[in-house]
Order: sequence, then C-alpha cells, then structure tokens
Amino acid sequence: MRHIISLLLENEAGALSRVAGLFSARGYNIESLTVAPTEDATLSRMTIVTTGSDDVIEQITKQLNKLVDVVKVVDLSEGEHIERELMLVKVRASGKDREEMKRMADIFRGRIIDVTDKSYTIELTGTCQKLDAFLDALEEGSVLETVRTGASGIGRGERILRL
Amino acid sequence: MELTGAEITVRCLADEGVDYLFGYPGGAVLHIYDELFKQDKVKHILVRHEQAAVHAADGYARACEKPGVVLVTSGPGVTNAVTGIATAYMDSIPMVIVSGQVPTHAIGQDAFQEVDAVGVTRPCVKHNFLVKDVRDLAATIKKAFFIATTGRPGPVLVDIPKDVTTARCEYAYPASVSMRSYNPVLKGHTGQIRKALALLMEAKRPMIYTGGGVVLGNASAELQQFVRALGYPCTNTLMGLGAYPATDPQFMGMLGMHGTYEANMAMQHCDVLLAVGARFDDRVIGNPKHFFQEERKIIHVDVDPSSISKRVRVDVPIVGDVKEVLAEMTRQLSALSQKPDAAALKAWWTQIELWRARDCLKYDRTSAIIKPQMVVEKLYEVTGGDAYVTSDVGQHQMWAAQFYKFDKPRRWINSGGLGTMGFGLPAALGAWLAHPDSTVACVTGEASIQMCIQELSTCKQYRAPIKIVNLNNRYMGMVRQWQEFFHGNRYAESYMDALPDFVKLAESYGHVGIRVDKPADVEGALKEAFSRKNDLVFLDFVTDQTENVFPMVPGGKGLSEMILV
Repeated sequence: MRHIISLLLENEAGALSRVAGLFSARGYNIESLTVAPTEDATLSRMTIVTTGSDDVIEQITKQLNKLVDVVKVVDLSEGEHIERELMLVKVRASGKDREEMKRMADIFRGRIIDVTDKSYTIELTGTCQKLDAFLDALEEGSVLETVRTGASGIGRGERILRL
Repeated sequence: MELTGAEITVRCLADEGVDYLFGYPGGAVLHIYDELFKQDKVKHILVRHEQAAVHAADGYARACEKPGVVLVTSGPGVTNAVTGIATAYMDSIPMVIVSGQVPTHAIGQDAFQEVDAVGVTRPCVKHNFLVKDVRDLAATIKKAFFIATTGRPGPVLVDIPKDVTTARCEYAYPASVSMRSYNPVLKGHTGQIRKALALLMEAKRPMIYTGGGVVLGNASAELQQFVRALGYPCTNTLMGLGAYPATDPQFMGMLGMHGTYEANMAMQHCDVLLAVGARFDDRVIGNPKHFFQEERKIIHVDVDPSSISKRVRVDVPIVGDVKEVLAEMTRQLSALSQKPDAAALKAWWTQIELWRARDCLKYDRTSAIIKPQMVVEKLYEVTGGDAYVTSDVGQHQMWAAQFYKFDKPRRWINSGGLGTMGFGLPAALGAWLAHPDSTVACVTGEASIQMCIQELSTCKQYRAPIKIVNLNNRYMGMVRQWQEFFHGNRYAESYMDALPDFVKLAESYGHVGIRVDKPADVEGALKEAFSRKNDLVFLDFVTDQTENVFPMVPGGKGLSEMILV
C-alpha cells in the first residue's frame, strides 16, 4: 500500500544521505522524496512516498526513528491529510493547439508562466493523481518536458508535526 | 587557555576515562599522535593493521563494560578499519573511532589518502560525524561517547580533518549531553510487563530465549533471578552465552543453526516464548515460515524498537533496557499470587529431558586422531571454566560455543553477526588489556588465524600472554562441511595448502609454539601452555580433517529439521 511519511530531521550535512542510504540498504521503495528547511532553520521537513505491506511500513518508521539525525516521524496516511505536488510542464503550443492548450491549463487550474511562439510552460499543483490526469489529458507528443517535485504532505485539522 | 584540536582530542579521551587507545599513525593524525606522545593518561596500543585495532578495541569493550576507542589515519586507515567497524556494528558493541581526514580545504579534491570516511562507514556505524570547526570538537566527541554507549550500543566515528587538529579554541569538556533527536527508551511499559507475566503464568510449555543484549545490558544477574523464580527452561544465542550459567540444570545449551537438539526442539514447540535482548535472526530460528507452523505467543524485550517484529510478529512487545525490565518482571512476579502450572511444567521438563537424552553433542572419544571437540573440553577443564575465550569464525567457533561451558557473561567473545575471520587474536589482546590478570585463550583455526596473524607482533610488543588454541584441520572447516553436505563433496578452494609451520612462526615472533598431534598429549600441552604465565603460547593441534559440527539446521530449513550425528 502507498504511504506518505513525514519527518523532521536535523538540518545537517549528511542527514539526507542517511535517510536515502537506509532505504537502499534495507531494500525499501521510495516513490518520491522532498526535503527543505522549516521555519526553524535547524530543522528540515521531509516527505517520503513509499509502498509496502504494514510490516514493512512499521519497520520503515522504526528504522527512520532510529537514525540519530531524525527527530520525529509520522505516517500521514494513518489519518486525514492533504498532499500536494508541483509540476512544471513545457508543452507545444503553436497554431490551433495554442488555444486548446490554454483551455486545458485553465480546466486543471494551471498557470502559464512562460510563453514562446511555439510553447507554453505550465505550472500545476495538486495531488499526484491530478498531475497524472493532466498529462494523460494532453495530446500525445505535445509534452516537451516535465519536472515534478514529488509530494509534500501535511495533516488535516489540529494534527501537527512539530517539536 | 586555548588548545589545538589535537590537544583537545587527547584531552577529551583522557576526560572520558579512556585508558587504552588502539591505533596506527599516519599523515592526517600526526598532530594527535604528537599530543599522545606528550602525555601518559591514555595508553596507545600500536597494532600492525587497522582492522586489528578495531577488533582489539572491540574485544576490550566486550570483556569489560567500557567502550573501545580507536585512532586511525585518513584514507586506507579508515578503509582498513571498516571490517572491524562493521563487526562491532553487527554485534552492537560500544565503540568510538577517531579518524584523521585531509584538511578541510582539500576535502573533495581527491587529495592524497583522502576517502569520504563518513560516507564509507555510514551503513555500518550507529552514527558518524565530520568535525569541520575546532569549536565543535569537544562537544562532538562527547556526543560520540554518549551515542555509542547508550540505548542499543554501537560504533560511532568522528572524522577530524588535519587543519582542525591545528586550529585553536578554548577547551571545556561537556559534563553531559542531551540531544533532541536521540532519547532511547529505557523503562519498560508497566502494563506490557503485566501482560507478559500473565502470558508466562498461563504457559504450558514455556521457553526463555536470550541474546547478546543481556550481556551488553549487564543483566545476567536479573535474568538468572527471573528464570530461577519461574523454573522455566532457558537458552542463549551464540552472542548471549554466559548470560545464563551453562552448568545450570535449567540451561538448554545454545540454540540455532548449531544449537542443541533440546534447545531447538523446545524453541519450536513451546507455547509461550520470552525473548530478551535477541533478534530472531536467520541463524537462530532458521526459516521463519517453518517457525510459525507451531502456534505460540511471543513476548519480546529489547532496547531497540526496530528489533521487535522485524523477522517475526510479536504478541507483547516491551521496549526498554533489559536490566530494568527483567528486574521489574521479577518484582511483579513475586507480588503475584498465581504460580506457574506445576503439572504442565513437569510434563514439559519430562519432554525436554527426553530430547536432552538424545545427547546431540556426542562425538568419538576413542579416536586416534585429535577430535576438535575434545580439545575444547580439555581447554575448559584446564582453565577451570574461567577463561576469557575469543574465537574466530567457522567450525572451531561453534565447537568453542558448544563445549566451553560459560558460566559468566563477557567471557565468550566472538564475531556473531558479521562472522569476521581474523577477529580472535586482536580481540584476545583487547580482552587481556581489560583483564590483565585473567586467563585469555583464543580458539581459532589455521584459516582464520592467518587473517590477522601479524598481530603476533603486537602481542610481543605488549607481552600479552594469550594462549592460542589452533584447531588445525588443514581446511576451511565450515566451508568444507557445507561443500560435503550441499555441494557433492566438491571441495572448491577450501583446502589450506602451503600452511606455515605455526610453531616456527610463533617462535619467529618471539613466542612459544607447541605442536600436538596425539589425543594423549592434548591435556599435557594445554597444562604446559597455561602454566607459562608470561608467554604467549601458540598451540597447534592437528585435528581430524573430516569432523563436522552437529547438530546442524541447514540454511532455509526449520529449527526442528536438524541434521544429527
């Protein structure tokens, strides 16, 4: 099953490689991993999307907790949560396709953030499924380049991950 | 007053109470060595290879209750140390390794003797640090000792660039350290302990299985008290031997791949299992699927939450320091009015005695060729069962574990997790430094001993009167055994050809060598060796080439599917 795991870790050199090394050494899957400092500059917040049975996910959270640089771990999938991913897509936009492409961006609530004679660059935010759906909706061959951040997640309501 | 990084490093070790530092000098650590030269609090032991420095520190740590401390240079100094570090990591041995690094401005430039020490060691340390600023040095070393020795212990590496050893700052060694990201749970959950006791009270066929965690947690006394109060059978893993006295009638012997028939059968057929400081690894329970063919409730006590429900699902997990948890269990037990089911327990012991009567460790005692088991039995007798025994890895290790009856913890020192050949001799040196008035024996084989044979020189330098018991069967015995059982007697590369004359080799290092090839001479040779209090004696026993270790649970098989003699 797909799980989205959030962690707070010391914002120190090498902390990221300890997490990445753990996943490769123990054969766990990483679908995506995002990390950046938090409002407290000594801490980084990481979101990992992974898949595995309940036993595997339990081991992943335990092994992450065991890393000395990791301060807190929570499996967001255990409760209500919100996840968002940012995608930048460069698409072909010339001739009659140009209007169609703008409409598609509007439908998915994307924003066109760069324009040339032949192309648009569209910024799109949403769940991974929404971004996938947008790409699927485009005509074949119209995508020139995509870049995705991987999911970031946060608990709903009063659910807070902090020190 | 401002001190240099090198001075600070040595002062930190002295302030931490380090008596022995095992190491080997080199360019990146020259300033640290210079400071070591100027003081006499921390004694340096010069090994002949960095791997041995780590094994010696490891043997020292296992024999006493202090962390082992190592100093190596950058590049090859670190990479040579990696086997030793991984060995300590797999067996959760507290250790601090200080490594030199090229100067900070040269890091990443592929400088001479540069290696990414933090990167290379990351998978085999509990934690590691690169110190880039001399002002962080003392606090980092303090953290390293704190992390290495608390919770589930392990090796911690501190990598110090050469320019940091010459930079200056004020020195103050922190009295304590607290880390928001590292707080091991030590006190077991009282409610869970109550649940565990309720299960244990209802057991018809109980079993207590303990591992290296009880030795490392200094919980042997608490374990004995609890096991005796219950009257239940107890088995130890290879790493846990000595935690429960081997001569006690409730002791079932070691369990696992080469465990006793009775221990493995009881483990497989028990209905309530209490595991303490052990991790259900593949060499202990064999195939987990087979293990779960029998229904049983499992209680698991461990300081490391990730050890629990890793290989087998557990019914009652208890995270905490094993010493505290066992003491609390005994307290709660004595307050209970309920007693174990006496009739069921009697029937269970009757069954166990039937398994025990199988006499699974029997061997030919009338052989005209020396049987390796006999050598270990005689070693046990001659040393009065009170020696510190280190071993290398292979058949001799298993025979030592099976036939030397360890009654006290920390007496049995071997590489259980990683299975590192070459461990025994340097570990014996470390154990002897920890207990210079005690008897130290290294049970080894002609293949293993050659992996760190150069340490005979270190032993000469420090006059370590270790007794080396070489079970020389001219084979990598365990490899040969597997080839015999599972590879149609095709002994691919397992014959040790061109062996040295070990007697002459020992003599060339200035030690005493004795070769023994008749069973009748074994005891006399051992007695002579152990009467030489000030000499290292290399006993080269010419043993039966075809002897195998029994019982044996073949890889991938279940615990009750043993090959027996």
